[in-house]
Amino acid sequence: MIEFDQVTKSYTQPGARRAGSVHALHEVSLSVGESEIFGVVGESGSGKSTLLRMVNALELPSSGAVTVNGVNLAALRPRDRRAQRRRIGMVFQQFNLLANKTVLANVALPLNLHQRLGGLAERGLGPRRRPGAEAASADRAREMLDFVNMGAQASKHPAQLSGGEKQRVAIARALVNEPDILLCDEPTSSLDSQHTDEVMATLLRVRAEMGTSILLVSHELDVIRGACDRAAILESGRLTGIAEIARLQARESFDSYSERARKYLEGDQE
Amino acid sequence: MMELPDIDWQLAIDSFWPLLRGGLTGTIPLTLVSFTLGLVLALVLALMRISGNRLFSGIARAYISVIRGTPLLVQLFVIFYGLPSVGLTIDPWPSAAIAFSMNVGGYAAEVIRAAILSVPKGQWEAGYTIGMSRNQALRRLILPQAARVSVPPLSNTFISLVKDTSLASLILVTELFRVAQEIAAFSQEFMLIYVEAAMIYWVFCLVLSTVQDRLERRLDRYVAH
Ligand SMILES: Nc1ncnc2c1ncn2[C@@H]1O[C@H](COP(=O)(O)OP(=O)(O)O)[C@@H](O)[C@H]1O
Ligand SMILES: [Mg+2]
Repeated sequence: MIEFDQVTKSYTQPGARRAGSVHALHEVSLSVGESEIFGVVGESGSGKSTLLRMVNALELPSSGAVTVNGVNLAALRPRDRRAQRRRIGMVFQQFNLLANKTVLANVALPLNLHQRLGGLAERGLGPRRRPGAEAASADRAREMLDFVNMGAQASKHPAQLSGGEKQRVAIARALVNEPDILLCDEPTSSLDSQHTDEVMATLLRVRAEMGTSILLVSHELDVIRGACDRAAILESGRLTGIAEIARLQARESFDSYSERARKYLEGDQE
Repeated sequence: MMELPDIDWQLAIDSFWPLLRGGLTGTIPLTLVSFTLGLVLALVLALMRISGNRLFSGIARAYISVIRGTPLLVQLFVIFYGLPSVGLTIDPWPSAAIAFSMNVGGYAAEVIRAAILSVPKGQWEAGYTIGMSRNQALRRLILPQAARVSVPPLSNTFISLVKDTSLASLILVTELFRVAQEIAAFSQEFMLIYVEAAMIYWVFCLVLSTVQDRLERRLDRYVAH
């Protein structure tokens, strides 16, 4: 589904007078399968974000190739690349929701954009939207908000939500176009443990119910261990190994807080 | 020794309406037109600055530097008194509007550029990941947020402009201060008339400050602090 073939990425420092460059990734090869939750771990600066951002061509490789469903995004014309990006959802550590729009409008945004881009409208001809499109995308956005248990907060603004709630809204926005891949860059790193668990439980449900492949970057080993099937380990831009994660009791760490509290307090530790 | 002023109340009352009318039909329209055109110019300049194109950003940078490095009054005189000698004569009012627009453009460009740069990079990326082009992300995500950030500094520019339009009296544009000069010359009551004119400017600016406060509070409603 996602293939990295000998991918190297070096950044040229824009400020530097001499052509100094940072090697962020060095000859990385790996592949991620359908419906897999694939982790990427490594210390800060090891190249995790760079690796993830190459999947949707936010960064382009300096050499080697990244293909998604057989398509090399780097080789596409900008318009076609944008079309491919719509098939890949992404969530960020800092959520990146729009402060001046409601939760519902945030989630509906990718849909409305999609409709405006259709056919004649893209060339500024014909109606900008199909009739009823607005209502249809609001329905679809509501459906996604229900999926992440945020349906009741649809009319709030992001500033009124907790970090965990914001991230779940961001997940709903990333999934609203039904992508088959979801990229997550440190999705829980600015959250406390309870919100981390909520977000991770949501991601596990995404895979279980939608069959989405998830690429999960985190420096938090517990998060990776609790959710991923396999995980790439990066060190200074080099892939030092791919860990197969034992499935044992992994999922339990993302039980709801009250479930865990009950188990813990009652001494039920299996 | 300073004399206690013996205020000519009748003159104060009689001159009030002409002065106010000068403000309402001269100062305010000149301010609005100049500010609107200036903002459009500022946006273009700010986009040129951040375009990444060396030529565009160089032109914009030079323009901004010249505008900010020369007195507004000199700019006004170049356009009204200078241009006719190269064969381009422009009436007083359009001359003033052009000079003020160009001036606002230079100052507001830097405000808008800073506001655009203040929007977190993640907002651009959120746009790209849902399939937006750079233009779409700019128009639909970045500029609305930059606009909110720019309101306080741009309101200050606007309020300064209200006062700066008094310079247009020097190229014979009929606005509040020009009217004041005429009444003062005629009545010889300089203190009374200029203070009265000052009060009217002050009231205009007080009203605008109130509007600015309201606007800022409205825009801040959904922003976490
Ligand atoms: N846009 C960029 N320009 C220059 N250097 C960058 C850029 N992005 C990342 N880097 C550098 O590349 C390396 C890897 O960064 P990153 O992929 O963000 O690591 P991680 O996500 O693991 O912390 C770091 O040394 C970082 O400083
Ligand atoms: Mg990172």
